[in-house]
Amino acid sequence: MTSKTGSKKSESKKTGAERKFRVVGTRPIRHDGWDKVLGRAVFGADIKLPGLVHGAVLRSPYAHARIVKIDLSKAEAAPGVLAVMTGADMPIAASKVLDLGEEVTNAVFASDRVMARTKAVYKGHPVAAVAAVDHNVALEALRLIEVSYEVLPHVVTIEQAMAPGAPLVHDDLVGSDIGERVEHTNVADHIRYEVGDPEAAFAEAATIVELECRVSRAHQGYIEPQNATALWHQDGKLTVWTSTQGSFSQRNSLSSVLMMPASSIKVVPMEIGGGFGGKIGIYLEPLAAILSRKCGHPVKLVMERRDVFDATGPGPGGIIRVKMGVDAHGVITAATADIRYGAGAYPGASINPAAVCVFACYRVPNARIDAYDVVINLSKTAAYRAPGSPQASFATETVVDEICRRIGMDPAEFRLLNATRGGDRRTDGPTFPRIGNVETVEAIRGSAHYRAKLGRASSPTKKRGRGMASGYWQGIGNKSTVTINVNNDGVVSLIEGSADIGGTRTSIAMQAAEILGIAAEDVHPAVVDTDSIGYTDLTAGSRTTYATGAAAIQAAEQVVEEMKKRAALVWETDEANVRFADGVFTNGAAKNQHLTFKELCGKLDTTGGHVSTTGVVNIRGSGGGSFATHLVDVEVDTDTGKVEILRYTAAQDAGKAVHPAYVEGQMEGGAVQGIGWALNEEYVVGDDGVMQNATFLDYRMPTSLDVPMIDTIIVEVPNERHPFGVRGIGETCIVPPMPAISNALRDALGVRLTELPMKPGRIMAALQAQAGP
Amino acid sequence: MTQAPLPKAHVRCQLNGQPVEFLADQHMSLLEVLREVLDLTGTKEGCNDGNCGACTVSMDGRIVDSCLVLAPEVDGRTIETIEGMAPPGGLHPLQRSFLEEAALQCGICTPGFLISAKALLEREPDADEHRIRHWLAGNLCRCTGYDKIVRAVLRAETAMAPKAAAGRTRRKKSA
Amino acid sequence: MPTVFIAIPLRRLTGGQATVQVAGATLRQVIERLESSFPGIAERLVDPDDPDKLAVGLAAIVDGEATVLGLRQPLEPGSEVHFLPAIAGGASDRRRGCRRI
Repeated sequence: MTSKTGSKKSESKKTGAERKFRVVGTRPIRHDGWDKVLGRAVFGADIKLPGLVHGAVLRSPYAHARIVKIDLSKAEAAPGVLAVMTGADMPIAASKVLDLGEEVTNAVFASDRVMARTKAVYKGHPVAAVAAVDHNVALEALRLIEVSYEVLPHVVTIEQAMAPGAPLVHDDLVGSDIGERVEHTNVADHIRYEVGDPEAAFAEAATIVELECRVSRAHQGYIEPQNATALWHQDGKLTVWTSTQGSFSQRNSLSSVLMMPASSIKVVPMEIGGGFGGKIGIYLEPLAAILSRKCGHPVKLVMERRDVFDATGPGPGGIIRVKMGVDAHGVITAATADIRYGAGAYPGASINPAAVCVFACYRVPNARIDAYDVVINLSKTAAYRAPGSPQASFATETVVDEICRRIGMDPAEFRLLNATRGGDRRTDGPTFPRIGNVETVEAIRGSAHYRAKLGRASSPTKKRGRGMASGYWQGIGNKSTVTINVNNDGVVSLIEGSADIGGTRTSIAMQAAEILGIAAEDVHPAVVDTDSIGYTDLTAGSRTTYATGAAAIQAAEQVVEEMKKRAALVWETDEANVRFADGVFTNGAAKNQHLTFKELCGKLDTTGGHVSTTGVVNIRGSGGGSFATHLVDVEVDTDTGKVEILRYTAAQDAGKAVHPAYVEGQMEGGAVQGIGWALNEEYVVGDDGVMQNATFLDYRMPTSLDVPMIDTIIVEVPNERHPFGVRGIGETCIVPPMPAISNALRDALGVRLTELPMKPGRIMAALQAQAGP
Repeated sequence: MTQAPLPKAHVRCQLNGQPVEFLADQHMSLLEVLREVLDLTGTKEGCNDGNCGACTVSMDGRIVDSCLVLAPEVDGRTIETIEGMAPPGGLHPLQRSFLEEAALQCGICTPGFLISAKALLEREPDADEHRIRHWLAGNLCRCTGYDKIVRAVLRAETAMAPKAAAGRTRRKKSA
Repeated sequence: MPTVFIAIPLRRLTGGQATVQVAGATLRQVIERLESSFPGIAERLVDPDDPDKLAVGLAAIVDGEATVLGLRQPLEPGSEVHFLPAIAGGASDRRRGCRRI
């Protein structure tokens, strides 16, 4: 499979206000790049400390089992073993809801999840942990721990969990059914949104399509397993080195679970090998901390890949039923959605964002959305890139495609006819500010790909098809801090608290450089620990370049103000006479008096000393979020059911692309993750409640050979809430691929695949059903 | 647990151009030795079962998953890791092209990709896109979607053999 | 005066009304006046441990974006207020009981 290496990249579609940028929109080499290509970057598992010892975690082999007895005596007596812990060593966390930005959980559940006390509720649930002189001694000691279990019946599917008389994951879970208290249930939450009168509108609709879709539980698949190293200091303070998307949210979680003040905890964010939402919650950190307290050494814990699949949080699988009606002109008049997600062993599947996103791309005057958060005996799900949106949008976008086929309307025209625009009311109530939904559809409609012919299949048994889909993610704003220290040589240090997973050191530094009129290379960014910078929310919710970028702009603007004072001193003039543009200070009251930023930095010591500023933001919302539309061509082998992606184009609204290469990178990576979810990726869970495919070999993520080049079109509809118009773009890109591919398969084969992944067996079964008995 | 441990293996090899000697438990993998004994943490562990390629190193010129090689097996062999790839103070053309093409996001898979790609270009300096994708299929990247990695390898080919590759590599234009 | 959109679980407290006009220059004033008209609604909206905060897992969307000031959020006469679940899901709490809205 070879694709269009020469195809044009990033056709940029600009709309709206144009500001002239010098740095923003260019492609400098990322600041941390050298260390990362040289193998010098220190990721979580790379850390070495004096006296470091190693731990290992014993995990439940059962999906649901009461822990009858744990005998630690042999393990404790083994040579080289320094400490052993169980759930009895975990403080009893107070019930408190932790809002981690893109993930909300209760401290009691978070505590339970990291180590079982009385009952294991998922396979891989930690039941004990060991610290020893080396990792192999720790692993051997796990074999000496004797645990007696009483195996309990489990529920691992939504149907099992919602069936009358189903075994309860938690006997004491109190659920909410549209605000009504429900006991003895596995349905933790049922929420509803309603606008207008959908039934009346359906009764008058010209065409109605309804589909029930099933989406597999899918893992973020970051290559770096979870890790944590902790040192419990003798003065009662705790230092944790870990790969996390949010050092401050992690500090808050640890504070609640370990029952100690947040200020006593220092979280040192290491380089992080991928997250996609999966590295927000805590897993190993409290265990490393307690082991360290018990043995007096820093303790390092690193997950094995099997544990990552079994015991960390993937995105939820779900059953989603969407019904949509249109009038004779193809205008949507009504839609309903029933969204059921399997949260895993604790409440908190992303049902609310699912409800927000399910119809976000369309004007729906009459709508009802019901969403259910269902607990099952699998590991608790976590945020996964636009959490909740891909599963629900899969149903909406396939329904839209069926409507287009039914009424004979081009899918781009249908979208343009029905797309939400600024000022439209969302189905959950609030109105959109300025958004770029229409513009991404127009970008696809205007693309070379859209105009190109599909071409003939490469053999008579193969068929080709083309599909389109749109998607939305709202994103968040919230808190960020950036400190800028100006050096005498004209280079500034930029101190931030946002974990850099995909080049945000640079996209943030570029925004400061833009204000200061200096090169991106002359801003030196550093991501520091929680003691060394003000509070900063997590790298998630598509917020980092947007919100931490806004903090950097604010800090840089303060630098400019202070530097104007210094220039006034140099020129012995009034500060009001000093102007600053394009990196040059000029004296408006005198001819030929100007200083570059760099030159003025050289005079800091004689004008009052160093300059240091801090930008602090707490931004309300994301400014409307980011829309995307994708177009895909597939070729299906009707003898085998194998699908090849022939061509792929992704258009997305970035507001203003700060570093276009990393915007493209998000769009390309999100599309390929989505291709994996569409065609291969799933949790295959056996009757025993255990995942059967917990290796990278069997959990088949796309390789380089499975995908073509991904063409990208960056649409720029400025975000009114950001000084440069920036929108967060990291998440939306995973929403359209699955329905786009289902729509392309429908085009190729004439059958509708409603279940993810659309693996060869399902495609063959659909073809056989089409052919009849 | 009660059996006496096997004696440690005494291993001599060439590592990044230098002779190296170490003692290793018989069951240790080359990956463990590199990371835990020799402090060369540029080689990463993603799965420890030979499926992600993050621990790729070169052994006698062949690329191997170092998690699948037992440490005693490397006695007498020549090993190259990411730490030995760049000339002193500089970058290998692949390292440079990865930076220029933004071919890394989180960077955890990058050392493995670089070692694999270097081995490819040593054999096939004008490998085309399909060949590159085929060769790199043993290295998983979850961030980039591979697009920019493939482009970086093509760019390095041009940089390493400008005349041979200039006509063949159609470069995409950056916006 | 500001318009408050009543989430479905709270509508039995408002006699089924989906929107209510409530005078108030801050979110706190609006909630206080809502409470006097519809007793019981405030406890669904306000954190029992901190009267300045919204109930956990709840967001107030004021004129399209979530407030970051809690009950101190200023309102304009034409403001629209939506009380919605916070963006993330999963606020259930097995000790205290269910989600508040």
